[in-house]
Amino acid sequence: MGRSLSSLALFISKRLLQLIPVIIAVVTITFFFARISVSNPCAAWEGARASKSSIQACIHYFGLNLPLYVQYERYWAQLLSGNWGIDPNSGQPVLPTILSAFPETLELVLAALFLIVVVGIPLGVIAANSNGRLGDHLVRIFYLSGWATPTYLAATVLAIGVGSTLGISSGTFTTNPPPFPQPTHFSVLDALLAGNLAATWDALVHLILPAVALAFLNMGIVTRLTRSAMLETLPLDFVKTARMKGLSEFRVLYKHALRHSLITTTTILGLTAGYLLGSTVVVEEIFQWPGIGAYAYTAVTTYSFSGTLGVVIFFAIGVVFANLIADILYGVLDPRVEWR
Amino acid sequence: MTTRPALSRLARSAALFLRVMRANPLTLAGFVLVVLTLAAAFAVVAIPVITQLLGHPMSALPYDPNELDPQNRFASPSWAHLMGTDDVGHDIFSRVLAALPLDLFIGFAIAGFSLGLGAGLGLVAGFWDTPRTAGGVLSAVILRGTDVFLTFPTLVLALAIAASLGRGTLPSMLAVMATWWPFYVRLTRGEVLAIKQQPYVTAARVAGVSEARILVSHVLRNLLEPLVVYFTLDVGTVIVTYSTISFIGIGVPEGVPEWGNMINHYQPFFLTDPGMIGFVALAIFVTVLAFSLLGDGLRDVLDPRSRRALASATMNPSLAPKLASKPAGEQE
Repeated sequence: MGRSLSSLALFISKRLLQLIPVIIAVVTITFFFARISVSNPCAAWEGARASKSSIQACIHYFGLNLPLYVQYERYWAQLLSGNWGIDPNSGQPVLPTILSAFPETLELVLAALFLIVVVGIPLGVIAANSNGRLGDHLVRIFYLSGWATPTYLAATVLAIGVGSTLGISSGTFTTNPPPFPQPTHFSVLDALLAGNLAATWDALVHLILPAVALAFLNMGIVTRLTRSAMLETLPLDFVKTARMKGLSEFRVLYKHALRHSLITTTTILGLTAGYLLGSTVVVEEIFQWPGIGAYAYTAVTTYSFSGTLGVVIFFAIGVVFANLIADILYGVLDPRVEWR
Repeated sequence: MTTRPALSRLARSAALFLRVMRANPLTLAGFVLVVLTLAAAFAVVAIPVITQLLGHPMSALPYDPNELDPQNRFASPSWAHLMGTDDVGHDIFSRVLAALPLDLFIGFAIAGFSLGLGAGLGLVAGFWDTPRTAGGVLSAVILRGTDVFLTFPTLVLALAIAASLGRGTLPSMLAVMATWWPFYVRLTRGEVLAIKQQPYVTAARVAGVSEARILVSHVLRNLLEPLVVYFTLDVGTVIVTYSTISFIGIGVPEGVPEWGNMINHYQPFFLTDPGMIGFVALAIFVTVLAFSLLGDGLRDVLDPRSRRALASATMNPSLAPKLASKPAGEQE
């Protein structure tokens, strides 16, 4: 196998096949967690004042009196047919709600990843290049501060403190819903498609604060890894050669050394995307961003089990795909990697 | 004769400690802060107990953290109330201090549990991973299980478990523990695999050293440093994660002084009285920063990868770790 497109396709399809057992395990674990930790979900679904008969009807309706393996089988059949249950609070089906909320979350996560890449990676380069000196210490304090600031705290400060001072409302636009169709549910893209530049700017302004809140904690991981990867790369011969050729320091650092160091960082970016996805729960709730994170928050705090399970399964699949994409990027960056 | 090796070991530890602290002033700051937080937490817990035994019960806190003082709500910081009072007249300083032992305990308990379980599983999965043996099968099972748990975003799974177990300190701690251990499995297994390939392990095998001895005095001994580093960093991360669960309102019971809980409670007053959130935030920030500074500094000196990186300016570059050349296929 080499690095041709056909071997890349084979690599991706193999990885997608490997997803199947992971997803089966994820669903199985969530099913048993839900059934074992909550012996009678109907009591919760029907509310505290439910009559005995309505709880009985609910148990019968959801088949909770059936043997566990029959319930497990039914659970799978439902998941595969796209029926992920009804949210008991909103009365809306879970899967369509998640699917329409997902692009909003993806937009937020991508914006945060963008910030992490454009700020976190150069900071790592700067720290490595001034190893042990003032620049290194300053960068270290910056990323450890991010590490020590819980995401919900950054989000609270940015949303309530900065946002309301600058007059930036919560949500994706100043007026929600915006006066144009939202075919993609990416707020910036929707505004662009509608040809509304003012709304595009508005969407960008609304995206920045939650993206910063989301990125701040995780930026440190990327900076830290870029720093140590650069520390390993800088003494290598090819960097010395680049310097000896008389290339500018910028080219040496960012074109030659960084490309080599990025191989490590990319793998972590996949993991980071997973963390970011999880952190959207608090960020979206605080910024009232209409994504799956906010939906997860509502589902968890209102004890909506179908909603919670749906979100957990969906998030798990999201993380697996993020790692797959990171692996592909890893191969693109490292010419020595063969697809297999 | 028995005291001399013990002494020299102590001296070596002291020398190592000095080397770590001198390598970076920030590490020293972290160390001092960690010692101070631990001492403060110890004082909060121990002073009432000790003074009780002596017959004069006293508290380390200036006020009872749960004492309501309706006359004195939203007081600004003063000598009487160092951090002011909150919406029901609680002394914020007393509450922040009262939360310190609880939050540290949660951090150490969750990270410690994960360290024990994860390092144990990782050691098994790394040391006995010969294919087509019972150990190899077990190792594969552990790894697949770990991979599945790593697939869940920690926070979301912990939230889901915490929500289904019901509100309470112990259930929510269990929820975080259930999602936390897989990282330690990965870390430990990776380290064990790397250690196993070291020439000194091969040399010990060739010399006829027993497997048990290799496990204890070579593998375990060399695992210690990366695990200590990771654990130190992790205590802070756990505190942040757990306080998130409390912030959302499914962690410690309502009214219990815990930092995440307090920030959630003080959130509505952020614009009118930013100090309330500010002081709690400062407590989280300083505590987590302390553990991070210490762990980060320790890693630079103790972690073989970074140590090699730091030293590689003068070393043969071919000794630089080969991590970068690991092909994508091995990731799985």
